[in-house]
Amino acid sequence: MLSINDLRASIEGKEILKGINLEVKPGEVHAIMGPNGSGKSTLASVLAGREEYEVTGGSVVFDGKNILDMAPEERAAEGIFLAFQYPVEIPGVTTINFLKTAVNEIRKYRGENPLDAAQFLKMVREKAKLVSMNDSLLKRALNEGFSGGEKKRNEIFQMAVLEPKLAILDETDSGLDIDALRIVAEGVNSLRSPERATVVVTHYQRLLDYIVPDYVHVLYKGRIVKSGPKELALELEEKGYDWIKAEVEAVG
Amino acid sequence: MSTETIDLKTRLIADFHARESVMNGEASSAFHQKKRAALAEFDKLGFPTPRNEEWKYSNVKDLVSVSYNFNAESSLGLADLEDLKIPAQDANIIYFVNGHYHAELSRIISSQDQITISSLSEAYKSNPSLVNSYFNELVKDQDDAFTSLNTAFAQDGIFIHIPDNKTVEHPIILRFVSDARLENVGSQPRNIIAVGRNAHVKLAEAFRTLGTERSFTNSVTEIYVGEEAGVEYYKVQNESDNAYHVGTTQVRMLDRSQFYAGTVTLNGRFTRNNLNIILDGERCEAHMYGLYFPDGTQHVDNHTVADHRKPNSESNELYKGILRDKSKGVFNGKIFVRQDAQKTNAFQSCKNIVLSTEATMNTKPQLEIFADDVKCSHGTTTGQIDEEALFYMRSRGISKPEAMSLLMFAFCADVVSQIKIDSVREYLENVIAQKLASK
Repeated sequence: MLSINDLRASIEGKEILKGINLEVKPGEVHAIMGPNGSGKSTLASVLAGREEYEVTGGSVVFDGKNILDMAPEERAAEGIFLAFQYPVEIPGVTTINFLKTAVNEIRKYRGENPLDAAQFLKMVREKAKLVSMNDSLLKRALNEGFSGGEKKRNEIFQMAVLEPKLAILDETDSGLDIDALRIVAEGVNSLRSPERATVVVTHYQRLLDYIVPDYVHVLYKGRIVKSGPKELALELEEKGYDWIKAEVEAVG
Repeated sequence: MSTETIDLKTRLIADFHARESVMNGEASSAFHQKKRAALAEFDKLGFPTPRNEEWKYSNVKDLVSVSYNFNAESSLGLADLEDLKIPAQDANIIYFVNGHYHAELSRIISSQDQITISSLSEAYKSNPSLVNSYFNELVKDQDDAFTSLNTAFAQDGIFIHIPDNKTVEHPIILRFVSDARLENVGSQPRNIIAVGRNAHVKLAEAFRTLGTERSFTNSVTEIYVGEEAGVEYYKVQNESDNAYHVGTTQVRMLDRSQFYAGTVTLNGRFTRNNLNIILDGERCEAHMYGLYFPDGTQHVDNHTVADHRKPNSESNELYKGILRDKSKGVFNGKIFVRQDAQKTNAFQSCKNIVLSTEATMNTKPQLEIFADDVKCSHGTTTGQIDEEALFYMRSRGISKPEAMSLLMFAFCADVVSQIKIDSVREYLENVIAQKLASK
């Protein structure tokens, strides 16, 4: 489904990703871990199409299409979703209106008819229930004045509405207490399916207690330096990242 | 049309004397004496140049270098009005075409029991002393050539007189139409709104142009807000790309009154709005909201004054603009807090989005504070569309143009939502959405 080959990207002339290779198949959950500054969030941003980053090499093929030439909105319409580490507050645009525009723009891209107001509301209510999202938040301006937990829940809610094939969660656990974390994780888990893949970007292991990955990758200095089963995350939790750094330095 | 350069000032003064020479006894009336004094004032001041600090960024050279027919006839009828309409049920609708009251098109539904809602010319005919007691009293010391010019030529406009404790149930919508289909036209509407103690009214002035010849509107509105009165006043300018508009709204508020102003400039070649509020009472509340969207080479200039003269009052101001292409915007907001005006709260904010490197916005907050126990704040921002918000929306599948238009609509929302006449607000929401989508 997602095939990343020797991906290199830089910002303001500084190379952050130095040759990433990753294969993700439908139904899989991959965790990308690593110390601060290793390039985890850059990888998430480059996949979603953030324009500040310049892709200097490699390829990203999603469902047989090279997505690096696509605008962010085209990638979204192809089925890629990024849950933001810091969801943006947009005063004056209600969550519901924002989502309706998004859903219908994506449907238009796919050659489908727009949903009418009744169909849309029915669908949105179901999804809100799925992620325990309070209806009253839908009518408020997008993320404006939302608590950290509400913002993250809103990300998962949007994901539920847009039904992506590939969801990328960028540090979704940051700033969440344990209850909020559990609710968000339950939302993600309820969306898991054999057709859908998830990439979880996180610094800490604790989110992975709730969203159990099939594979764990360690990103360090712009490269994936170690991959393994879910137990690798526990090992990182126990030993920290220093042993990985030492291993990498030893190899040179 | 004629493109020869002319001296508009000389023509106007000659025109005044020609009119005066055919007046009979009326030339000696107190009303006419005010006009004559205003003409002398206009003669002395002349049209402003950029050397005048108040007109530094707004050059009227283009405006005053052609002639206008200030007495243009218009064949305008209902059929011409379809696309000019702000749909308004449950409202008083009053039309002025090329500056003259148009009875057939107008519709007054509010009770006129003790309340006067009529054209200035009719009001003057039936009660000259009442009209004269308000006429020019608020603006006589303006030191502004356009205001003096308007006073000298004042013929028509609205006269609204609301006695104490009366409320006009339905909003009053004044539609000023310039019919510039055949020639350059000029109009000088003069409006007087006198609201008594504990009396209430909502009104809107809507300016439109028909045709592509040039129009020049020089409008003055004097608003008297009595003690404990409440007035909501909106000005909507959706004129042609060849429309020049200079307007002054002068307001005086007495104790415990409330005044809301909303000024929305949707389109026009050159627009200069002066909104001057004197808070001449205690515990007054004045709110000023503004919004403007110039594109092409359009020019929009808003000058506002909140003049706090008594203690314990509050003024609150928010102006917002979106500038495209090579357009120019000007905002000058003055706040005066006089020595007696202790415990004044005065807030001012002007926020702009500049979408092109060739567009410019000049903002100048001006605070002059002579009292020591006051709370005043002001701030201006001029920036671009928030890139982070744009990326967030695009990452959800919303195309860049659609995301831009949603963000800009949201930017306008906190001004538009302040407009409390439903039909006017809905009209603005539609026009703004179209305007933002079409670019």
